[in-house]
Order: sequence, then C-alpha cells, then structure tokens
Amino acid sequence: MTDRDYFKGKPRTDVNPVRILTFKIDGRDVTAREDETILTVARQNGIFIPTLCHLDGLSERGACRLCMVEVKGSDKLFPACVTLPRQDMEVMTDSPRLNEYRKKILELLFSERNHVCSVCVSNGHCELQDLAVTLGMSHVRYEYLYPRHTIDASHDRFSVDHNRCVLCLRCIRVCDEVEGAHTWDVMGRGILCKVITDLNQPWGTSETCTGCGKCVHVCPTGALSEKGKSVSEMSKRRQFLPYLEMMRRESRK
Amino acid sequence: MERTIVIDPVTRIEGHGRVSIFLDENGDVCDARLHVTQFRGFEKLCEGRPYYEMPSLTQRICGICPIIHSIASAKACDQILGVRVPDPAVKLRRLINCAQIIQSHAVSFFHLSLPDLILGMDYDRTKRNLFGVVERYPSIARDGIRLRSIGQETIKALAGKRIHPAWVVPGGVNEPLDSEDIDQVMSPLPEAMTIVRRTLDWFKNSLEEHREEIRFFANFPSMFMGLVNDLGNLEFIDGKLRLIDYKGDIVADSVQPERYADYIGESVKPWSYLKAPYYKPLGPEEGMYRVGPAARLNIVDGCGTPLADQEWAEFRSLGRGPALSSFYNHYARLIEILYAVETMEMLLNDPDIRSPHVRAVAQPNYEEGIGVVEAPRGTLVHHYKVDEHGLVTWANLIVATGNNELAMNRGIMQTAKRFLNGKDISEGMLNRVEAVIRAFDPCLSCSTHQVGETITSIRLLGPDGEVLSEAGPS
Repeated sequence: MTDRDYFKGKPRTDVNPVRILTFKIDGRDVTAREDETILTVARQNGIFIPTLCHLDGLSERGACRLCMVEVKGSDKLFPACVTLPRQDMEVMTDSPRLNEYRKKILELLFSERNHVCSVCVSNGHCELQDLAVTLGMSHVRYEYLYPRHTIDASHDRFSVDHNRCVLCLRCIRVCDEVEGAHTWDVMGRGILCKVITDLNQPWGTSETCTGCGKCVHVCPTGALSEKGKSVSEMSKRRQFLPYLEMMRRESRK
Repeated sequence: MERTIVIDPVTRIEGHGRVSIFLDENGDVCDARLHVTQFRGFEKLCEGRPYYEMPSLTQRICGICPIIHSIASAKACDQILGVRVPDPAVKLRRLINCAQIIQSHAVSFFHLSLPDLILGMDYDRTKRNLFGVVERYPSIARDGIRLRSIGQETIKALAGKRIHPAWVVPGGVNEPLDSEDIDQVMSPLPEAMTIVRRTLDWFKNSLEEHREEIRFFANFPSMFMGLVNDLGNLEFIDGKLRLIDYKGDIVADSVQPERYADYIGESVKPWSYLKAPYYKPLGPEEGMYRVGPAARLNIVDGCGTPLADQEWAEFRSLGRGPALSSFYNHYARLIEILYAVETMEMLLNDPDIRSPHVRAVAQPNYEEGIGVVEAPRGTLVHHYKVDEHGLVTWANLIVATGNNELAMNRGIMQTAKRFLNGKDISEGMLNRVEAVIRAFDPCLSCSTHQVGETITSIRLLGPDGEVLSEAGPS
C-alpha cells in the first residue's frame, strides 16, 4: 500500500488534469502532482522524514512538527506533511539544524509526561521510542515535569493512560473521520491539554463509543491499549486504515 | 567511655547499608544495628497502576532476583483474575526460577562471599574481592563466573533477556518454548552439575577451617520459615508456609500463603528503612525468625531430587536440630543450586514443557491477590488490592531480606562481641562483621526498594556519638 494508491479515488488526471511539477529533495530530482505533500513525495521516493502525528489514512494535522524540512532560499522551516511542493523547489530533509530541532521536540515530549518504557505495554512497538532511537536522542536536556496523570480503565476492553499520551490526536481523527463516532476530543490548553471521551467522562460510561478499537491501534504509544496486555505485548495493527478507506471508496463506485 | 563503631558502607552485598556498633564504658560491644539507609517506596508507586503491569513493575525492585519478583507478582495477579494457571505454565515458571536460583546463589557464593572464605577474613582488603580470587584461584573463580553465566543465559533463552524479562505474566507465561529453546537450556546443564558438585566437595572439606565463623556468625536459636510442598519437600513457587522452632519442632504447618498476615507482623525501626517482620503470636521482640537457604533446608523433610536429598541429609547431620549458624547459608546455597540443576533436568524431560497452553486469560474477578514464593534470599510476599477496573489501590511487599532483619542485627552483635574490642580495631575484625551480613546475602535495595547512591558502611561510635572508626570504601 503506497500513498499513490490512497489517492486512487481522486478524479482521473486525463479528464481532470492535475499539474505535474518537478523539484528536488536532498538533491534528487523528483516529480509530484501539485496536490501531493512534500512528505508524500518523499515517502514515494524512499526518502525518510520522521513523523509522529501523521498516519496514512487520516487527515493531516501538522501538529508534532517532527517532519520539518528546510527549503533553499528560506530561513523558515516547513512541515512536510502539510506543505505542497512548488516547481524547482529544493527541499532538504536532513541537516544538523533539523536534527537538533527534532531531538528537542522529542525531548520535550518525553519530559512532558511520564514515559517509562520498561513497564509499558508498547515497549518495543512504540513509535515514540523508535523515533528516539532513530534520531539518536540519548538524553533529555529538559527537566521532567512528572505530572500526576491517571489511568482510565473503566472501559471493558481498553484503557487510556494519560502518562503516555503525546497528543498526536490520531485517536480523535480516526474516531471522527473513519469510525464516525467522534467519541474522542481534547480539552484544556497548552500543558493542561488532554484527550477526553465524550464530555470528559469515564470511557466506560461513553454513549458514543462503539468499542471498535481503532483509536487503540492508531495510538503511537502505550497510551491507548487493550486491557490485560502485559509489558511489550501491545503491538498495534495500523495497516487496516488505508485498506478501510480504499474499500469504502470502492463500494461507493 | 562509651563509643560506637560504624562500618560505612558494608561492601560486597546487594544494596546499600551501614552498621553501627555501640561500645560501653569498658570498650565492650553493647549493641549493634544494621541501618538500611535509603528509601524507594515501591508499594506507593504501584498505586494507580493496572494489575497487569505489576510483574514488570515490581521486578524492577531487584536486578539480581527479578524473576522471583515477577513470579510472586504474577501469582498475586492470578488470584485477582481468579484463574487456574495451566500446568505447563506452572512448570515453565518453575523452570525459569531454577535458572534464577543458580545465578543468584552463584553471585552470593562466588562473587560476594568467596573472597572472605577462600582468601581469608584478614586478607589485604584491596585484593579481597573477586579479582583477588581470580589471581590466586583462577579455576574456582572461573567456575563461579561460568555457573552464573549458565543461569543468566538460561533465563535469556527462556524469556528473551537476562534481566527484567516480561515473560511471566498474570495467568501464566506469554510464550511457549520451542525445541531450540529447550536444547539451549538443556545443553549447559551437565557442566553446571559438574561445577556445583566440585564446589560442594571442596567447600565441605573446607568447613573445618571456618570453625570460628560457624560458631559466631549468627549462631543462636531462632525460628525458621519457608515454603514446603505437599510432601514437605523444598518448594519455591507453589508451597505452603511452615515455621519451626530452634529445636526443629513444627510451630505452624500447611499455612495457606494467603493467611501470611495472621502469622507475620511488620514493625518499623527508627534507625532503618527496612521493616522488621516478626512472628505475630510472639510479638516484635521475641518473634524473630530466619528465612533463606539454610532456613529452607532446616524446615523441609527433604529436597525431592536424588542428589540434593543426599546432600541435604548430610547438611542436616551437622547438628542435632536445625543448623543454627547462618554461616551455613553458604553451604545451603550450593545444595540449592544442585537441587535447581536436577529440577531443571527433570522439567525439561517433561512433555508438558513443550505445550502451547501456557496462559489463562480473564478479566479481574477479585479485588485482592496474594502471591507468596521463596526468593533466593527467603520468603517473598506480594499482596495487592485492586479496584473494579483492575487498578491497584494498595500494595504490601514483604521482601525476603526484611524477614531476616531481626536476625541480622542479632548476628552482627554476636560477631562483633566475639571479634571486636574497643581498644584495637583491625580492618579484618570489621570485615567479619560484614561477612556475617554477607552470609545472609541480604538484598537491601530489594528490601527497602531504595534509590540513590551506593553507601554501605560500618561505623564505630562512642557514647557521646563520636565516630571513632569507620570502614568502607574510602
């Protein structure tokens, strides 16, 4: 499954032409449709850009800022997941500056909540952990905040541990865009921001939750997990999402 | 003038502590205390976490005996689920525990205590360590290191990693063994057997050289506690509690582990973060009991494996009743390693060990669970209460070393009285005080769940609080 397949449902270019443009990523000449993001084109060409809030099959949020890239001629950094390429643009996905920013973002994420990999259900299957390894994050230079967060285990099958949430908001998007239930949302601002179910009530009492479990499987960390899973046992299946989208489009034809 | 000797830190033990020895006006020892100087608070930090996290969370208490913590914890969780663990899983838990007995006892005997035993209590302190043993007795040192490595590699083969694996889970274990794992575990066993039998022969022959230590290393009447199985044999995981008195008479038998609190109370000493459990009917002053390898061999009617049974019979013939000197823990440790190797061979030949049915799954059905097991250092209790969603609301842990708190203090005093006088204190004398602690193989970090820097020391104090002498890493 590639991103190209994902756009299959869009109008065909021969009847509704989309401009094709050429630009450079890391010195490589690439071609893109004008409605594809830099991230999509990079992935099509096997160029790695780290992401956390992005997930194939969900709308883009541009929230985590890990996919920031440099564009020649601009001091500004651009989030690759929501930036469209322009003709002859020169994009750099890797530089000491970018790497430093990305590490800072990760360190801030780690310091903001209580991420303890050793006792986490997602240890070894965690996108946050993998990113830390990939980007070479060896230390956290910021003071840990050690906020006091609780676990909501009131749902029959699932639990949410806010200690491990990175506020990527994938759960909210998948619940709204794919399942259509919109059980999840956020409340609070800044450091007080957290994901909630319905009107900030125990998950088990939610009337909108269908119990489909999509939110659990798109969650990049151990924040959402199946109850009863022991440490390292929560490996998640995210492949279902683009297929689900494709099947829905197919059936509409 | 009254004085106090402080040994700070006590070295070659697991964890960090300090010893104070108090001298009276005449310079004679009048009191001694082991201070466990740090606090970890595991019971508190379990609160609010889900029960299924407990085996992995609580095994972080210790890096040497994490396996038995995970088993105790999983057993408590089994009760919360209300499941009967499938027989193959019970056997697999037993198998990995045997590997841990081997490696943990090997650390205590070879790495920590052997320098005293083989080089001598008064040997140059800069060389009185494993490296000193390697220099003078390379083959014995190699045996010890190899034995530990066999234990650790077995744990890795079974559970994926050597320290803090997440294999033991509520309801059983999370993955069955394949033939390759079994071969890997089986292959080093003959070597382990050779090493432990060679070491036992050597150590038994050398016992005569340790006559003084045997007489004065915590050699006094006390009760002994541990688990036994239905036949009264040695049991680490699924037994019932038995307590005997110093004559060997049974005080309590077939006590369901869930009733531990009827028999064991916990008192708090102002000078230590280590709680002091005691036999409830006798109260905190009189209720001293000992746990650990020698205590286990004292309470059982046999080991249940052929070679270990022979050694056990010989061990029990040391005196008329139970072996009262804690020095014999070293001896008992070797016998338990032998038992562990034999038990592993037996388990690996059991067809159940290959069964894919290794886990019972359930939602939390009960709000309380208690797991009682025998850790390498003695009886270990994990006791949790959970809310209706399975989040822990309360936890109580009685860790093996804690059970020996009262006996260790008494043993330190006895050793200090015999080997110390206030006039002229040599480093070798203080080392004997440390060595009696080592005989108990205390895991202080386990018992208090401590965090912080490494400081274990012995201090000699005068009546006015003046520090007269101090031993420890300088």
